[in-house]
Amino acid sequence: MLTTRILTLVLTCLFFNSFVSNTDCRAQSTTQTIAEISPKVVKIFGAGGGKNLYAYGTGFLVSPQGHIVTVWSHILDSDTVAIVLNDGRRYEGKVVGFEPPLDLAVLKIEAEGLPYFDLSLATGAGPGARVLGFSNAFKVATGDEPVSVIHGVIAAKTTLAARRGAFESPYTGSVYVVDAVTNNAGAAGGVLTTWDGRLLGMIGKELRNTQTNTWLNYVMPISELSETVEQIITGRFQSKKQNDEEGGVATKKKPRSYDAADFGIITIPDVVARTPAYIDRILPGSPAETAGLLPNDLILFVGNDLVQSCQMLKEELGRLESGGQLKVVVRREDKLVTVSMPVAKKVSE
Amino acid sequence: MKSRVALLSLLVGVIAMSEGGLFAAEADVLQAQQNRTEVVKRAAPTVVAIFSPDGNGGGSGVLISADGYALSNFHVTSACGNFMKCGLNDGVLYDAVIVGYDPTGDVALIKLLGRNDFPFAKLGDSDAVSAGDWTYAMGNPFLLATDFQPTVTFGMVSGVHRYQYPAGTFLEYTDCIQVDTSINPGNSGGPLFNTSGELIGINGRIAVEKRGRVNVGAGYAISINQIKHFMDQLRGGHVVDHATLGATVRTGSNRTVLVDSILESSDAYRRGLREDDEIISFAGRPIGSVNQFKNILGIYPKGWSLPLVYRREGRKQEIFVELPALHRKSELMQTEGPKAPKPPGPRKPDPKKPEDPKPVEAELPKEETPEEYKKLFVKKTGYANYYFNQHEQQRVQRGLEPFVSWQGSQQSKWVVNGKTADGDNFQIKLLPQALTAQFTKRAPGLQNLEGADFIDEPPGSGGLLAALFQFKLLLSEGKSAFTEFSYRGSQPLDGHGAMVDVLETKKLSVECHWYFSVNDGSLVGFDSSLGDDVDACEVRFQQFSDFQGRHFPSRFQVRYGNNAYGDFEIQTIDVTAANESRN
Repeated sequence: MLTTRILTLVLTCLFFNSFVSNTDCRAQSTTQTIAEISPKVVKIFGAGGGKNLYAYGTGFLVSPQGHIVTVWSHILDSDTVAIVLNDGRRYEGKVVGFEPPLDLAVLKIEAEGLPYFDLSLATGAGPGARVLGFSNAFKVATGDEPVSVIHGVIAAKTTLAARRGAFESPYTGSVYVVDAVTNNAGAAGGVLTTWDGRLLGMIGKELRNTQTNTWLNYVMPISELSETVEQIITGRFQSKKQNDEEGGVATKKKPRSYDAADFGIITIPDVVARTPAYIDRILPGSPAETAGLLPNDLILFVGNDLVQSCQMLKEELGRLESGGQLKVVVRREDKLVTVSMPVAKKVSE
Repeated sequence: MKSRVALLSLLVGVIAMSEGGLFAAEADVLQAQQNRTEVVKRAAPTVVAIFSPDGNGGGSGVLISADGYALSNFHVTSACGNFMKCGLNDGVLYDAVIVGYDPTGDVALIKLLGRNDFPFAKLGDSDAVSAGDWTYAMGNPFLLATDFQPTVTFGMVSGVHRYQYPAGTFLEYTDCIQVDTSINPGNSGGPLFNTSGELIGINGRIAVEKRGRVNVGAGYAISINQIKHFMDQLRGGHVVDHATLGATVRTGSNRTVLVDSILESSDAYRRGLREDDEIISFAGRPIGSVNQFKNILGIYPKGWSLPLVYRREGRKQEIFVELPALHRKSELMQTEGPKAPKPPGPRKPDPKKPEDPKPVEAELPKEETPEEYKKLFVKKTGYANYYFNQHEQQRVQRGLEPFVSWQGSQQSKWVVNGKTADGDNFQIKLLPQALTAQFTKRAPGLQNLEGADFIDEPPGSGGLLAALFQFKLLLSEGKSAFTEFSYRGSQPLDGHGAMVDVLETKKLSVECHWYFSVNDGSLVGFDSSLGDDVDACEVRFQQFSDFQGRHFPSRFQVRYGNNAYGDFEIQTIDVTAANESRN
């Protein structure tokens, strides 16, 4: 009996020994990995340009036909963005879909036969795994230069505690936290890979904890994004956004709720924590135009509720039910102006 | 029972064997660690902690020669003055003097004093660096090392051949190395080493943004290959300048790079380059974008000739273009002196324009520069430190020693007879009042020396008579014959030949560049130009002989612009003193 136990122990030791050695296998050199990954990462140039509103970003190819995954950000506010490939080829990119709760957008360029990441081959990793980050941080690359690569270690895999007031992020799913400064200006939309080049996740935006003034380098695992990306590409996508108000998973299908555009109101881009709800433009022929709203009006009240930011405007309009009139109070220069618009039935209802 | 004992001992044996694998690191991990500590141990003695004499600034540097030459950033040394204090990891604080600097490339050369056996770093090849390579940055970030023991950080190359737009007035980082190796304020001027401990760059800039002036994963090092091009100019005490093409380029269709506009006064224009020509390669590197072109242009000093291949109407053509200066002399002079104006600050951090990690405050005992060292700094307009130019002049002038027998013959008549390779006989007379050239086939030349301008005589030679007169001045009188005399640095002869040291002379309107082989110090030729923005008469010596005890070139080639003027072979030289009767 004892003999058997000792034998088992001996065998276990031998097995464990060989197991330890095997984990250290190095599939290929870092240079080779970088050479394979770089052509799949693209530089994005779009809207922005002001202080802390850089006009450049990163994305990565997920199909040979030019589908590009990146983060949903102000850079995409312009009608089209410029996409520059690793070899310097320049394309016009169009947004084909986006999902703000996932901080995700999918773009498309008209091209064929491009190198790409097969999302179904993406992998996962745990704390301690060595990783490479690829991004166009600081717009170091503009033309045919490859994006920058940095190295690091996954410090944790956790849920992004994106509380208001601390870390503010629309994304609240699981993330990799990295010990290297992956999340720089323009780096969002870049990729994190394993040491041997397998795709792990998409680098998130810059995220600062306002209480501790620390910055978090987080990466969204591909497993959180791939289904939505797939749906956007195949045209089967419906945003979960409005069903997701409480931060939970969508439980039942509800008709899509209202947003400002339904009334013909386009606000300025919601880029800071409390962007005031200024009207950027009014769509022609819209209820807002009929009601006499003008660009540069600042929306103060929706119904009887004070609206302090674009985000709050979004929330208030999201609660609207069809029918009846919507009362809106705006500040125009030094005057308060009250208008009302009909809340029409939504097409999707 | 026996079997149990046997098994137990087997178990003990296995556990003992497992030690290495189960509880200790892998052998190659330990080996890599040992390699790292060895590189650090070897490199640390070469790393310099730089302080201004009054303790008001600081940065880093690296020794590159046993006699104390060390590289740093211009933005470090400019805050320190002409003399500075340098700490090495032996704990000793050495005096150092500024030698030369490059305000555009943010490089400075200093010389540590007091020893001839300084430990120094070996220069590597920065063109062999690629993304993913490991690097060590060493230096004195935040001036932490009060014992001058450098801080070491380890990281990865994030990108190579990076172009960083000019910040402020001059600073432009071209073809630089981007690293995620932690580089912080105080690291400026310090070395970036590869895994063999070779110097591949000088750490200069970091990307700073809203997070404060600390590393955020993007640092930039000036590539050592760029610095190599400027090294001899820096050693010559110059405020060095970068180059332009005399033409601007633009991106054409299908990622071609085309000449957008070109100055008609430029050498590139005279060599035949025109608007809309497609640039195929420059300095031997293929051109696929405007940034690539700027990158390559940025690593060369003014005055160098470089090969350029262009295509026009489907036909490729290679030319060698001499590069004009990027700045006017007066512009660069603004950077002169100890407290050069920095790009005006405080600037708002801009993610697109990385900042120089500025020197941080240090506290050091205030020490005056010792009296014995004060003679090592000589102020002169256009120079960082003219003392070192004089030093290099003396070194290069040793190449004139074989011609010593010509000294004092400036008032003599030199009559040179011979023939050219195309069967033309010539007689050239260098007389005190005039210079003449007579040929059987070529047009004759006459250059009056009394009050007349130097002109293209004989016609089509670019002023061969004026050139030979300069040669006579150099051999007979030396430095004192010229109104200006300086060491210019080194460059590849004619853009494709071996490296030559260059002495520059000026006498009236004639400017000459004298080329001495870096290899053996011998005089291999010279260019003589009659003014600015015109082609020079190029004389290249091919063979020397002894003419009645006097060393003189017996065969030389003369070129002017795009044409060969002639291959000369000298048969006799008659030298008669001026007061002797004429034959």
